[in-house]
Formats: sequence, C-alpha cells, structure tokens
Amino acid sequence: MTALRDLIAATPRRALAMLIAFIAVLAIAPAFLDRYLLSVMILVFWFAYVGQAWNIMMGFCGQLSLGHALYVGLGGYVSALLFVKFGISPALGLIPAMLIAMAFGAAIGWLSFRFGIEGVYFALLTIAFAEVTRIGFDNWAFTGGAAGLFIPVRAGAAGEWWNLRGGPLLFYYVCLALMLAAFLICARLRFSKLGYAWLAVREDPEAARALGVDVFRAKMAAILISSAMTAVGGVVYAFYQNNLFPSQTFDISRSIEMILAPIIGGLGTLFGPIVGAFILTPLGQALIALIEHVVGKGVPGANLVFYGLCLMVIIWFAPNGVWPWMKKSLGIREERE
Amino acid sequence: MLFSLYANVLVQGILTGLVYGLMALGLSVIFGVVRVVNFAHGEFAVVAMYAAFVLFAALGLDPFVSLAPIALAFFAIGYALQRTLINPFIARPEHEQFILLVGVAIILVNGTLMVFGPDARHANLPYSFDSWLIGPLIVDKVRVYAAIAAVLVSAALLAFFRFTPTGTAIRACADNLIGAAVVGLDVKKLYALTFGLGLACVGAAGAIMVVLTDATPMIAPAFTLLAFTIVIIGGMGSMTGALVGGLLIGVVEALASILIAPSMKSMVSFALLVAVLAFRPQGLMGRRA
Repeated sequence: MTALRDLIAATPRRALAMLIAFIAVLAIAPAFLDRYLLSVMILVFWFAYVGQAWNIMMGFCGQLSLGHALYVGLGGYVSALLFVKFGISPALGLIPAMLIAMAFGAAIGWLSFRFGIEGVYFALLTIAFAEVTRIGFDNWAFTGGAAGLFIPVRAGAAGEWWNLRGGPLLFYYVCLALMLAAFLICARLRFSKLGYAWLAVREDPEAARALGVDVFRAKMAAILISSAMTAVGGVVYAFYQNNLFPSQTFDISRSIEMILAPIIGGLGTLFGPIVGAFILTPLGQALIALIEHVVGKGVPGANLVFYGLCLMVIIWFAPNGVWPWMKKSLGIREERE
Repeated sequence: MLFSLYANVLVQGILTGLVYGLMALGLSVIFGVVRVVNFAHGEFAVVAMYAAFVLFAALGLDPFVSLAPIALAFFAIGYALQRTLINPFIARPEHEQFILLVGVAIILVNGTLMVFGPDARHANLPYSFDSWLIGPLIVDKVRVYAAIAAVLVSAALLAFFRFTPTGTAIRACADNLIGAAVVGLDVKKLYALTFGLGLACVGAAGAIMVVLTDATPMIAPAFTLLAFTIVIIGGMGSMTGALVGGLLIGVVEALASILIAPSMKSMVSFALLVAVLAFRPQGLMGRRA
C-alpha cells in the first residue's frame, strides 16, 4: 500500500484526476454498452494488458520479442487442460500456467542472454520458439492437436466466476482489473532499482555493465516477469474464447497484434500500451464491421493490412508513439518520466 | 531398398536445398551490405509464387520462363523500396527498421490473402510428374530443373559481386562504409542496387518454389523463418554461407521427414539453429564480428 501511496503522491494532480475519472467511466460503462461494444472493450483491455507485459521487455529493457503468443498459448493451454482434464479451477491453474510460461521464458532468456544473442537474432529466436511450440501442440494428441481444445460450456455454470465461467460482463471486469493491475505493477517496476537497471541496459548495455548493473540478471528478470504476466492473459483468453487452436494461439500474427498497442501508444511509457489499445482495437473492429457492411461478407486480412499500415506510419513519423504527444496536449507534465 | 530410400531422400533434399539457398542468399546479401534485416523476405517469396502462378494460369507461362521477368520486377521493387522506404531508416535504431519491415510483411501477406484467398495454389506443369530413373534413384524432373535454375541464378549473382566493378563497389560498401564513401562511391545507389538484387533472388526463388510446393499466403512467415535460419546457420552476410546453409537445411529437413514425421521437420532445423546460436553464433561460414 505504501507503494501505491508513493505512486499517487508522485503523480501530477491533473493526471490523477483524469485517471480517476477514466477508471470511473470504465467501471460504469457496461451499463450503457451493448453486447458487441462490450466485446470490443474486452479486447481493448486485453490488448492493453498483454501490451503492458510485452512493453516490460521491449520498452523497458530493450529486448524485442516477436514471440509473445508463445506465453499466451502456454498460459491458455495449461489452465484449460487442468480445468478440462482434472477439473482444477483456473484460479489455481493460473499458477502452473505462469510457472510453465516462465520456464519457457527462462529457456529463451538463458539461451540468448548467456550467449550474447541480441537484437534481430533475439527476435528471431523468440519467433522460432513460438513456431516450434505451435508445431509441438499441433502434433500432441493429449491437447487435442490441430483439431483444437475446447472448454465445455455447461448450462448453469455461468455464475461460477471463480472458474472464469460467465458472460461478457465477467470478462469485462476481469480484463479491466488486469489492465489496471498491470499498469500499477509496471509503474512500480519502472521506478524501482530493477526498472532503472532495465533502462540502463536498454540505452547502453556496456555502460550499464561498467556501472555494475548485472545485465544478465536484469534481462532475465524482464523476460520472467513479462512471460508470467502474459501467461495470465493467456488464461483469460482461453476461458473467454472457450477454445484453443495451436494455429491461432501461437501464430506469429498473434504475436504481432500484441505488440501493436505499445508501439503505437509509445514504447517504454506506462500509458502507451493503454492508449495504443484504445486507439487501435476499436479502429480495427470498426474496419471489420465496415467491410462486412460494404462487401456483404468479411474479407480476411483486411484489418491486418490496416494494422500494418498503422505500424509503418507510426514508426515513420512518430517512433516514440502517440502518448508523448498526447501527454503534452493534455497538459500533463511528469517529472519522473 | 533402405539404402535407395535414403539416397532418394538425400538427393531430393539437396535439390530443394539449392532453392532454399537462393532464397536465403537474397536475405544474406541485403543484410551483409545494407545492414537491414529484411523481415518481409518470406512474404516477398510468396508474392513471387503468386506472380508465377498467375502468369502460368493466365498466359500458360512456364515458371522457369516467368522467373526472369519476375526477378526483374522484384529488382525494380527492391530498388524503389530501398530508395523510398528503407533508406531514411538506415541510421535509425535496429528495432525501428525491424518494425517498419514487419509492417511491410503484414501488408504483403494479408494483401495476398485478400486478393487470392486462403486456398493453396499450385502450378501443374505438363511435366510435373515426370521423373528420371538413374540407377536406384528416382529423380523428379521439376526438382532437377528447379535446382539448376537456382544454381544458375546464384552463380550469376556471385559472379556479379566477384567480377564486375559495380559488384566490387558493393562489396567495398559492405567492408568499409566510410572508406567507400570517401573514395566517392554513391552509397545510396549501391544500397538500392543491393536491395534490388536481394529481392531479385527471392523473386526468382519464389517463382521456382511454385513448382515444388503449394502457394498459400499463410506459408510466408514460415519462409521468412526458414530464410533466417539458413542465413544464421550459414553466417549472416556470407553468401557462400547462405548456399551451404540452404543445402544443409534442405537435406536435414528431407531426412527428418522420413526419420521422424513430415510435420516435425521444421523442429529439426530449429534445433540446428539453437545449436548454432549457442556454440557458433557467427554461423558456419561467418566471420566473428
């Protein structure tokens, strides 16, 4: 709690007021949203949450991971398997899900950071791990293989919120809570000793080492925290969708979708992933709806072409994202950021 | 019997590996000179596959013929791409270059998906099922033609870099950028040429690939990963390394698909990639940075 109090004390008044108003609006919003808009908002929160987790690695520590779908898939599969096969609640399954994702993260991290694999090589290795895990799950009969894993929807179980069984409203608040929790965790981490070590590693690993920062440990901490947080996103994803297919869950396009929000919002900023998700996800959904309306049927790929364009435009004109600019126009000055 | 099975698989692996090598050569050339990682490499290969498929379906053009105009068109695209899009990013941080090309990759693969749909396309040549019997070996005609075409294009590129003044100038840029600029080489133009040549390689490889395997948009990331794996195994920036890596991966994947399971073959090349990254990060033929 002192951490929270510190954080509040350090936040400019104006920003704090806006933040509280923002949260209050989100908390009562479901009363005014229909089912479709509710589903869009769930996606927004979810992408903000996993974007926040990814941002720890790239934004804070400077390690470009393009395989974060791996942790989503692992989190989802572990919790779903425990629930479907052994009846273990996802509230408990969360822990093994996080641990297994962390084990994979540790393997990738150890292999890369130990042998000085950086930049593009690291990105490639993360993709390769996600791809190989996808192939593994595709061929593993226990998890349903390529035919997918389904979480049965029992009538009457809809109220079991502790088993993540429920309607969109449940997931709306779960994802909102996740997004806010991730924000608080990242805010806390960002201004901790570890957070400053990450920034040092991001800016100049050699100089960081010279100053006595344990670069290997800092990077490992980033990948472990990030993979565990992303796995939680995977658990919620699995129980919201009620199905898991290796070709979708572990796909590279999923990994890329996850990194859009923080890049567009602002790499390495606390609000970036949230701002990015609030801008991009509704735009993408609106585009899908618009195309369906105009063409009469869905055109697969159209929204991704749009995302690709967004990515290029943002990286071309504003590589630091929207948030720094937005911050200025909202009149927020943060001394510490 | 068993021997002839392995011999057949081995030959098939070598022939496919030569085409892989050509694709990876494009990536290696671009990285070796321009120092930009073309993350959209596999996506370009798939676009070339569709181009060859369309030329075949509409005009009846054999992919081994349409290879030339496609490579030429890809050269022009690469030249233009470097001049307009990538050149301003040369001095920017690595991750920004990467994200830019991820954007290009997403647009290419999903653009193809929008135009052609998710169905697999295949160029069924009149001689698609012909083969030669050489002793115990049964060799597919198309595979042999594909390998010959790949070797010819690769050899032409290597000869260009080795023997022409422009090729020498490009190598000078790769070896010592400041020195190259000091002696008055037009680095921007040479970079654009290099990017064009890299894409011409992938264009030719894609046109060849359409006779060997089905074209679907979704195969693109796998091709990108394949090209990267080959280049890293062979050594980033080493042209012979890319060719050797291609052969190696071709053979290893062919063997893995009969020894383990066809769907698991990319797992084996991945294991190879991890081993190379762990024990010889500069790659088999690469120089230590």
